[in-house]
Amino acid sequence: MTKVLELEGITKRFGALTANDDVNLSLEQGEILALLGENGAGKTTLMNILFGHYAADEGRVRVFGKELPSGKPRAAIEAGVGMVHQHFTLADNLTVLDNVMLGSEPLFRLRSARTEARDKLMQISERFGLPVTPEVKISSLSVGERQRVEILKALYRDARVLILDEPTAVLARPEAKRLFETLRGMTKEGLSLIFISHKLHEVMAASDRVAVLRAGKIVAERDTNQTSADELAELMVGRKVERPVRQDHDIGAPVLIAQKVRVENGSETQLNDVSFQVNAGEILGIVGVSGNGQAALGALLSGLAAPTAGALTLDGKDVGHIGPRGMIKAGVGRVPEDRHSEGVVGELSLWENAVLERIRSPRFSRWGFVRQRAARAYTSALIKRFDIRGAKPDTRIRLLSGGNMQKLILGRVLANDPRFVLANQPTRGLDEGAIAAVHADLLAARAKGAAILLISEELEEAVALSDRIQAIVKGRLSAPISADKADAQRLGLMMAGVWGDDENAA
Amino acid sequence: MTDAIDLLLNTSLWAAVLRIATPLIFGVLGALLCERSGVLNLGIEGIMTMGAMSGWLAVYMGAPLIVGLLVAALCGALLGALHATLTVPLGLSQHVSGLGITLFASALAYYLYRLIVEVGDLPPTIEPFDPLNIPFLSDIPVLGPILFAQAFPTYLGLFAVIVMAYVLTRTPLGLAIRMTGENPHAVDAQGLNPTHIRFGAVVVGSALMAIGGAFLTTTAFNSFFPGMVQGRGWICIALVVFASWRPGKALIGALLFAFFDAYQLRLQTATEGVPYQLFLMAPYILSITALVLVARKAEVPASLMTPYRRGER
Amino acid sequence: MRLERRANVPLYLMIVAPICAIFMALFLAAGLILAAGVNPLTAYAEMLTGALGSRLSITEMLTRATPLILTGLAAAVAFRARLWNIGAEGQFFAGALITAAIGHSLGVPGWIGIPILMIAGMTAGALLLAGPAFLRLRFGVDEVVTTLLLNFIVILFVGLMIEGPMRDPFAFGWPSSVPVDGAFRLPDLIPKSRLHIGLLFAIAAAGAVWVVLTRTVFGAETRAAGLNARAAAFAGISLPRTIMGVALLSGALAGLAGSIEVMGVTAGVTTTMSPGFGYAGIIVAMLAALHPAGVVASAIFVATVFVGADAMSRATGVPSFIADVIVALCLLTMIVALLFTTYKVRR
Repeated sequence: MTKVLELEGITKRFGALTANDDVNLSLEQGEILALLGENGAGKTTLMNILFGHYAADEGRVRVFGKELPSGKPRAAIEAGVGMVHQHFTLADNLTVLDNVMLGSEPLFRLRSARTEARDKLMQISERFGLPVTPEVKISSLSVGERQRVEILKALYRDARVLILDEPTAVLARPEAKRLFETLRGMTKEGLSLIFISHKLHEVMAASDRVAVLRAGKIVAERDTNQTSADELAELMVGRKVERPVRQDHDIGAPVLIAQKVRVENGSETQLNDVSFQVNAGEILGIVGVSGNGQAALGALLSGLAAPTAGALTLDGKDVGHIGPRGMIKAGVGRVPEDRHSEGVVGELSLWENAVLERIRSPRFSRWGFVRQRAARAYTSALIKRFDIRGAKPDTRIRLLSGGNMQKLILGRVLANDPRFVLANQPTRGLDEGAIAAVHADLLAARAKGAAILLISEELEEAVALSDRIQAIVKGRLSAPISADKADAQRLGLMMAGVWGDDENAA
Repeated sequence: MTDAIDLLLNTSLWAAVLRIATPLIFGVLGALLCERSGVLNLGIEGIMTMGAMSGWLAVYMGAPLIVGLLVAALCGALLGALHATLTVPLGLSQHVSGLGITLFASALAYYLYRLIVEVGDLPPTIEPFDPLNIPFLSDIPVLGPILFAQAFPTYLGLFAVIVMAYVLTRTPLGLAIRMTGENPHAVDAQGLNPTHIRFGAVVVGSALMAIGGAFLTTTAFNSFFPGMVQGRGWICIALVVFASWRPGKALIGALLFAFFDAYQLRLQTATEGVPYQLFLMAPYILSITALVLVARKAEVPASLMTPYRRGER
Repeated sequence: MRLERRANVPLYLMIVAPICAIFMALFLAAGLILAAGVNPLTAYAEMLTGALGSRLSITEMLTRATPLILTGLAAAVAFRARLWNIGAEGQFFAGALITAAIGHSLGVPGWIGIPILMIAGMTAGALLLAGPAFLRLRFGVDEVVTTLLLNFIVILFVGLMIEGPMRDPFAFGWPSSVPVDGAFRLPDLIPKSRLHIGLLFAIAAAGAVWVVLTRTVFGAETRAAGLNARAAAFAGISLPRTIMGVALLSGALAGLAGSIEVMGVTAGVTTTMSPGFGYAGIIVAMLAALHPAGVVASAIFVATVFVGADAMSRATGVPSFIADVIVALCLLTMIVALLFTTYKVRR
């Protein structure tokens, strides 16, 4: 077999952080290589170097034996490397054909050859079994369809090596399965693939070979059929991290009840006829593929969106229309989906972020003036209690790692003994150690009697933490099932929208 | 009242509309090009001032009129390159940089004018562009004098609208510019350099703005004086929004605006007892009204005012 | 080569940055002075003596700095919250006009009337900016263009008033409004100069703004909203209320500038009473890196350039527009300097 791609001694530093440390990796013709590693291991950085988005500090990239100049995506594309980014690089307001054609013609040509381009696109689409409509805008496509366009973009430029960064992050299991079937088909057409993942099961199912990246280094390479998920898990994390386990205890009275809630944004219905109930001392897990209404559900429970129909009550009082401040006052703790853009103001200090939600409460302000000493003391206490490392109250919060930032957000929520907690993707992007800490905090709050609603795209997490689980699909919720009855297959079906209406609360 | 209606039937009014619209057409096309690539260019007011001064000065110093326009375009391009350097690779605030360019370019234009030109009681003048009567067509009754007896830069402006519309919608370059305004990450991922594209768009757009300014001193008037751009640049920025970032609509917007301007000018002389300031306010009030009417529906380029640095999301 | 964000901005950089920016601007402007056939060093020396060389020139310079402090504060407050108020010029005139309109016939003693007139000026400025802020919040209209266009409208309106209902029949030459009552002229700070106690008001305003921004709930909420609007909204901070609050504060400061200028210097309103105080305020604010205390210093610098350039122009024949060139260059060099305070260059 010939090597289509070789990485030699790639090292990349960001300030004090070494994201990639002397990485050597090669890919053979017709092979599917999985690059496995937990969040922050340096997978994406490595692929961005390979594709030319970043220039490596040291090392070489060779494609079909020829060295690529560093920092030039164009050279990578011309050498036959195509990349499917995790965050799609598509312009929503333009058409599929526009997005695919861009960059494929000489810029100063007097007229775009659209007809020829459309023909070529349709040909490729047929050959690889990736159907598209060239003249629709990206904004009207589903996530799965967008990913198809991303792949077609690479194929249109005659990619021989395809890199996919967390390709299943936005797909439901059946969709993911179909994707891997398509990818397998591509290898028969002579393509070679690398896909990046932190999900063991899909690495085991879909790859020929696995390279494990940990803390910027390749720690192991295995043929997939000669390894096991357990071995890979240990290689990936490197140490034994035990996630805390949910203990059975008595569930209390209903705290938060949503009855046939509908949320609309303009003409778009984001949540439709949604009903659920969260009891004291209970975690209700909401699972689903990204983009199925989780954002709207999060906004509803944060107070940022109001129901246009139905009722949302907390301890019997209506909380649908009281806004974020009202929610906080009513005893709702909220952990936002995206900590960087919603959870914190990066340029502000820890203490300012810690008290921002309650800055108007008498505890932190008097006559319109901020009680800075009280706020700093409160923050110091949070730092201690929630084990936030490497920070003082006056540190700018953007300097914290994702895990420590999340601990502060959880801390400011849990320190006030909330009646109800919304935990929206609380462990997204965190490494194993931080995940375990977040889980422990959530379970401790549950033990103290808080009602918790957990929105998660990680099935294992949802099953491990939740007492009951509901699936969210296209803005609708399935009936709840007990976590004991939740196996991967059943949840997979639920997340694909297959559920019977006869199942009632377990 | 009959006076007001008579005015509307006067061909000189309609000929004036095209004339008044010309600097706006150039300005709005320039601003539109910058914004389509994702860069707001508030330097426009200063760039137009510089264009007005430099174009006039070149002619005053003996260059042919057409060279005056080229000199103006060059000065505009240089100022555009400055704005682009600050906002594109360096990613500085487009608002602040643009205002800085406006303050700098206006001050520089006045300074150089004072430095080079001896100003007596009256500002010195040049021989401006004459109306270019297109044979036969200009003899058509009514339409002839309106459409086919304009000065050269007016034809150039109308031609520029067509070119801009064609380039943006029909060529690979236009697609790349639009895509850069929508999502520079997508452009980078396809092997094109969004920084270069934005830089180029701002330079060319600024050159167009400067030609619009030069029209004032080489066609509409024959001299340069401080404050002569009178907010036309800001009005162009408003017109871009009004036009939803489309060249064709931009032309319509400029003409509509020029119509009201020409009409109020004539109404001003025809009415007595109404303070002239009220008429002069009309264009500005009109711009604000237009903005309010379209703002909700505007299809803003998604990455307008978002600097692009590789690796930052 | 690329830019990498600094973990923390060292304090010395915040002081070095504007100084570097100023020297860079002076260096660039030197080329233009050379083009006028004058030695730049001579020209700058003339500027310095022209602005700081005598008691009279210093008081003149401080008189000029007074409105600049206030318009600079207006810009700083607004820009911090990402409200692009480019309309300080119009708000200045609005404050001036209302002060003159009320101040020539208000039958109360000075110590009551002066605060009333200042409040009136602040109200006029605040309301003038409330309009664009409302249009942004309600219709999504960009405030840059609306505030800019309002400048033209307001100045035309001033012209209309002073040539019409508020015309001073005794004024010769350029039209002016009737002057404010003598009781409402601000007392001199230094005898036999134009410098009035308005300077103290302006400095006090800078102090007050500093306290508001750093110590109050309003300040904290504004900062959060300016830095990350989504996170602020999530934390329950009402963005419309914050924006409107900032607009009222910013407009009030610019209006106060106009009011004080009328009571302290011009007595009546003319359309030429501001040599671009509103626009220069943007430069003042940026040179101060939007810091209220820095605004006082940078206003004094900008005033020095303006007053000094007039004297230098008389002495050397270099057109006095050089002052506008220098301060505009300062704005451009300052934003670059600020970039290097937050980022460092890495290979």
